[in-house]
Amino acid sequence: MSEKTLAGRGGDRAQYGVCAGLALLGVLVLVDASRIGAATSSNDPIGPRPVPIILGLLLVVVSIFYAVDVARGGVGEAEAGEDIDLSTRIDVRTVTMLIGVFAVNALLIEPLGWVISGSLLFWGAAFALGNRHHIRGLVLGVALALITFYAFAIGLGVNLPAGILQGIL
Amino acid sequence: MDNLTALIAGFGEVLTPLNLMIALLGVTVGTAVGVLPGIGPAMTVALLLPITYGMEPTQALILFAAIFYGGMYGGSTTSILLNTPGESASVVTAIEGNKMAKAGRAAQALATAAIGSFVAGSIATLLLVFVMPQVVDFAISLGAPEYLAIILVAFVGVSAVLGSSRVRGLASLLVGLTIGLVGIDFVTGQQRLTMGIPQLADGIDVVVVAVGIFAVGEALWVAAHLRRKAAEVIPVGRPWMGREDWKRSWKPWLRGTAYGFPFGAIPAGGAEMPTFLSYMTEKKLSRHPEQFGNGAIEGVAGPEAANNASAAGTLVPLLALGLPTNATAAIMIGALEGYGLEPGPLLLEKQPDLVWALIASLFIGNAMLLVLNLPLAPAWAKLLQIPRPYLYAGILFFASMGAYAVNAQPFDLFLLLVLGLLGFGMRRFGLPVLPLIVGVILGPLAEKQARRSLQLSGGDPSGLIGGPVAWVCYAIIAVVLLWPLIARVVRKIRDSDKNRDREVVA
Repeated sequence: MSEKTLAGRGGDRAQYGVCAGLALLGVLVLVDASRIGAATSSNDPIGPRPVPIILGLLLVVVSIFYAVDVARGGVGEAEAGEDIDLSTRIDVRTVTMLIGVFAVNALLIEPLGWVISGSLLFWGAAFALGNRHHIRGLVLGVALALITFYAFAIGLGVNLPAGILQGIL
Repeated sequence: MDNLTALIAGFGEVLTPLNLMIALLGVTVGTAVGVLPGIGPAMTVALLLPITYGMEPTQALILFAAIFYGGMYGGSTTSILLNTPGESASVVTAIEGNKMAKAGRAAQALATAAIGSFVAGSIATLLLVFVMPQVVDFAISLGAPEYLAIILVAFVGVSAVLGSSRVRGLASLLVGLTIGLVGIDFVTGQQRLTMGIPQLADGIDVVVVAVGIFAVGEALWVAAHLRRKAAEVIPVGRPWMGREDWKRSWKPWLRGTAYGFPFGAIPAGGAEMPTFLSYMTEKKLSRHPEQFGNGAIEGVAGPEAANNASAAGTLVPLLALGLPTNATAAIMIGALEGYGLEPGPLLLEKQPDLVWALIASLFIGNAMLLVLNLPLAPAWAKLLQIPRPYLYAGILFFASMGAYAVNAQPFDLFLLLVLGLLGFGMRRFGLPVLPLIVGVILGPLAEKQARRSLQLSGGDPSGLIGGPVAWVCYAIIAVVLLWPLIARVVRKIRDSDKNRDREVVA
């Protein structure tokens, strides 16, 4: 079952990258654990170190088993879904644009406020995903941002910044 | 009988106009997101979590439970009308359901799914009323070592039993445990894995993890493989069933319920196994086995009932033990903690009103769903035509809003992006996301119980092993983890037996 999507390409070598990442994470956890001072006391006999040490070791062990599985031809089945067409390659351009739009929102949310940054986020993300009705996208974005700001920030007391529109909204 | 009295009191609590409004809102939102492709109940609950911090805990839980049940109903509509099920639990429904729809029997398929869900949901919720307090009575006597052992069973269950690859499940669990470790140690105040970043000292908020993995990860993954031409939606009128359909549906509903509830209630059950078992059973028992594969109504009725009964079953470990067995339940545990309530056996004792009101709201929500789904199915089906750029842009929009709202710091948005990329990678490499989220939520709890056990035994490691309940748990874990080895040995013994038999015959 697991071999139908990628078997045609002679296995999925990129999976070794996942194994390496897991092993690296394990080492990182171990290094961090070694840095923690050994603080044990009578009411906490083991202190904060053993759990990360066990976890780090398990990460390394699982990364090895994982690599063995990959070497034997094991392939993780990429997640399917209603809107997902797995026969296409990963669309790097769309994903990069989305990441960019997302980061812009994170940078602008405090100086400009949620209403502006959120509108840009919606419009930009819709554009990246193939929306070419720019005005409609922007109108929807502004409407959503205003509705959420009034309903949640002012209505329910959720933390959303007003930014430069402070006093106007 | 105490249970029933408490339940009736729970109904009294729920039957306020505000609570009914919230339940109605929940089932409506739940059905809508269940129908919408790409959004499941887990993602919705995660997205709504920060917004509900201003609400009373009871109301928030009523909302979440209603979304959970509503999502189950909505999911079946999608899998019947589009042949691409969004959730693993509705894969089986899609097999016969979509065939029925293509043969012009979409109305009957939707009707048997909705009525079956109602029947199964009601029976299973009633079972919950009787089973859950029993489990609490049992669990309340358990000490820290037993509790630790049960959490470890849940870890192994969600990562090694559910899903197709054990090593990938375990990898996902360990990443989750690592995320759960970040922050200041609760006993000694030592910083762990914070990398000197002050915002990480309080740990990574469960909301940010859940929204990142479920919402952002999913949106990015869909964006990478977006179907340029939307899948075809089969048009449908108002759902109804004829006499023959009723006759063929009611037994599968009951059998599906019988499969679903127990599987949902055990820590490693899930909904895939009972829906599949129900399908196989109906195929075997049917008087029309030749119709299976061409749109047999039993093949929709049974699995849909099993799916909903299992959803109610998952509330047993959730409410009685504080153990989540699916993603939505995991996030609901996070929500309880956010309100300062301690999930676990003491919840029923300390907050009986909340627990019984929640259960009462399930009955009411289930009835609302039936009313909402039967006449309105054509309207729900329209949701399948929403332009995808707006849908996924909307998900990213609400994800950013929710994650920012938790702590009001832009740092969380960058963290959200990193977790979203992690979720993206996991979908690409077929790593299941459930073990990760369970690890994040239960990891700190497991460590707490382990250290409490050792504290009680004065540092003697035998304190970790505890009593008979814990022994059984460790035996289960050993069998599950060593299963490939055990299976090999068993096969060898059987083979050598066969050879010996052959020799004897010769």
